[in-house]
Amino acid sequence: MSNQTQITTPAASQEVIKDASMLKQKAMIADNYDKLTRAKELGLKVASTYVPGNLNELIMCFDMLNNLPEINAIQNGMRKKSGGMIMDAEKMGHSEDVCTYVKADIGNMAKGSIAPNGKPMPVPDLLLLSYTGCFTFLKWFELLRDQYGCETAMLHVPYTGDGIITDNMRDYVVKQLKEVLIPTLERVSGVKFDIDRLREYLRQSAKAEDDLVWVLKSAKNTPSPIDAYFGGVFYIGPIFTAFRGTPDAVEYYQLLRGEIEQRIAARMGPVTPDGDLGEEKYRLVVEGPPNWTSFREFWKMFYEEGAVVVASTYTKVGGVYDYDGFRHDPDNPLESLAEYCLGCYTNRNLPTRVDMIEQYLEDYQADGLLVNSIKSCNSFSAGQLMIMRTIEERTGKPAAFIETDLVDPRYFSPANVKNRLESYFQMIEQKRRAGGSARAA
Amino acid sequence: MKTFIGIDLGSTTTKALILDEDLEMLGKGITNSRSNYATAAAVAKEEALTGARLELFRRGLGGELSSSAAETLMTDLELAIRLEQFLDQLEDLRKTCATQIAPGQDGVLEALDEIFRQIKTEAPDMFTRDARRKSDFFRDIAGSRVMQIGEAVAKQAGIAYDTLINLYDKSIIEVENRPPTSDMAQMFLRAIDRLTTAGSELGLDQSTARTVMQAALDIELEEASQVGTGYGRVTLPFPKDNIRSEILCHGLGAHMMYAGTRTVLDIGGQDTKSIQVDGEGIVENFQMNDRCAAGCGRYLGYIADEMNMGLHELGPLALKASKAVRINSTCTVFAGAELRDRLALGEKREDILGGLHRAIILRAMSIVSRSGGITDEFTFTGGVANNQAAVKELKALVKENYGDVTINIDPASIYTGALGAAAFARRALDS
Repeated sequence: MSNQTQITTPAASQEVIKDASMLKQKAMIADNYDKLTRAKELGLKVASTYVPGNLNELIMCFDMLNNLPEINAIQNGMRKKSGGMIMDAEKMGHSEDVCTYVKADIGNMAKGSIAPNGKPMPVPDLLLLSYTGCFTFLKWFELLRDQYGCETAMLHVPYTGDGIITDNMRDYVVKQLKEVLIPTLERVSGVKFDIDRLREYLRQSAKAEDDLVWVLKSAKNTPSPIDAYFGGVFYIGPIFTAFRGTPDAVEYYQLLRGEIEQRIAARMGPVTPDGDLGEEKYRLVVEGPPNWTSFREFWKMFYEEGAVVVASTYTKVGGVYDYDGFRHDPDNPLESLAEYCLGCYTNRNLPTRVDMIEQYLEDYQADGLLVNSIKSCNSFSAGQLMIMRTIEERTGKPAAFIETDLVDPRYFSPANVKNRLESYFQMIEQKRRAGGSARAA
Repeated sequence: MKTFIGIDLGSTTTKALILDEDLEMLGKGITNSRSNYATAAAVAKEEALTGARLELFRRGLGGELSSSAAETLMTDLELAIRLEQFLDQLEDLRKTCATQIAPGQDGVLEALDEIFRQIKTEAPDMFTRDARRKSDFFRDIAGSRVMQIGEAVAKQAGIAYDTLINLYDKSIIEVENRPPTSDMAQMFLRAIDRLTTAGSELGLDQSTARTVMQAALDIELEEASQVGTGYGRVTLPFPKDNIRSEILCHGLGAHMMYAGTRTVLDIGGQDTKSIQVDGEGIVENFQMNDRCAAGCGRYLGYIADEMNMGLHELGPLALKASKAVRINSTCTVFAGAELRDRLALGEKREDILGGLHRAIILRAMSIVSRSGGITDEFTFTGGVANNQAAVKELKALVKENYGDVTINIDPASIYTGALGAAAFARRALDS
């Protein structure tokens, strides 16, 4: 691992090494938004699609750009812009209970769909709906289709209700890829499909995926060199979005892996916005997406108490690579794309989610499970209390439940969340000292 | 003697409780939280310390009196001390008001003195066993008397009533937030003298009483450890290790009150929490109201305002309900709208109130079930546990959903969090 060569200023090496992968990712994102907002001028076609089950390698085969409305909503959430957008969407008639990603997107459209670089986003040439476990995706693109009047293609990914991917399911998805998606992409882009080009991209994907999994598993160390939730959402960035299958992504994960290797060697904890974490006091597994509008404040509630997330399910929504070892496979390109879509976290049934969490608790020697339940995300939240109960019963480890939202700032109550988190951390502490319980009066 | 102090800074009231080394309670105190948690904590703690001296006095009595005579004496003594404290604070208020008089305001000082003279005269009657006080907080008692007496005095002296009330308004916060300055020992002995010279049938002569009291006062109370909890806990000047979440404190406090407790429901001013504890009072799980305070104590406060009633009047009226009116809304404000709607439809106030109490408890039951339901002894705490209509609905719903389980409600349940905090303080000694 020679990421040292990437570093131009060896002075204050710790800081520079820490920043190399971050800077790389920042440049990748900026470059992608630049291309998207200049698509017309560059003569490039644009496909809009979702993170879970996104077919980035396939889209790239047609020289198209990949635009992800969820990521735009997250970007606007972290920039504190989503609140106004959501209220605009509500004025237009969208109910308070609707997914706030959808409303942030609709509200953003009403304001001219401005990208983070300040330039307007292009009208997509294709809405590529890969349906993986979230019913709202269907309705969302229905609204966008109505707005843009552009072509829509849907890949129907069957829900893995029995916890397994059958041959039938795989064949069904492959058949749709061959008969519907590829012909549509060819027609919209004017580019002929070349399966060898796809194989090459998938080869790059698998390389990056190997390094990503290595990074995620590094949290088995004590202290963990990473936070697999708050830091994790940055680590999954490239692989979940428009970069899977690119040399940029491969390079990013190599850099990142090198940085983490150094942290392990130095027995350092994760990076936080306030510098390196001090003593690691609690190791948690987290289920559910984070809150984006108060992301830093939320994170701080963990790191200032010495709590580190060692594994999270949210970092599996755009692909599960660690649990059952899935990799994109250049030798079986369409089949592996199908398996990828079928295996995304949101497409897995409740018993599988419970099994995954249980295994994380054990493998990562975690103190307990924390569920962050999202008010406006029914597909994620349904069944979470049952997941929590089952985990408590099976592992005997303490669990807790907090409630926030994705990008609606009105549903993040800091005092309430902090109160529950502190109670939970103290509960873990109390359980550890179970020997010293109080006597009854 | 080592003491262990728990302080619960709630959104409405602040509680302090003192335990001895054997986890026996020495004293407890409560005050309104105001906007100043530090003062509230100091005031509640002072009251708890007063209680502790009284308890030591009671212990000191030993076999001097029969248990019923001792109880009578303790009740009278507590009232006598409350009276002494009231008179001290009243004098402070008089002096503070006097400093606020602008130059050239003739006759105002005399009028002020007259008001306070009258309050002082009637004070002993406010602190008898049969006296009814709407509140135990100085601000409430003094305020209502100053206003009532002030009106007559102002009229008589030919001074504007507003002038006198302004003096009170300017002074009360300052006085209320000033920790008591008088010598506690002297105050206790004055109270003893007041009792023994008032000709009460104590069965204890003045010198014995004074000796026992002096011995109680001579015991050195060492603050071995102090733990804070409640929403204002971060404002306490304690090290981080001495601050505990109220979830843990309520769990442990309920366990201390009823060792068989497995589920605790606490309905406080702004949150409702259901806590599952193990056989040692250790929290296994908890759930709280989410994002909204519907179904908390404030819900009842809002309804009381809407109906132009006192909070303490709601429960008794609701108990008179003869039929169940369904209130569906879980939103506090919408419940107010439903209430008006039902009134307009001709429903009786008591029947609607019955429905509102059911609505709040239904919401609490949903939180209980989310935390894992009730399997064994169930302890209900918080301000709402003092509301008999709420208790009645709770008992019915617990039976309906979980069958016959033991339901514990302690009259002093408002101190559950402070008790748990004090127990944590005691535990810190061992670890």
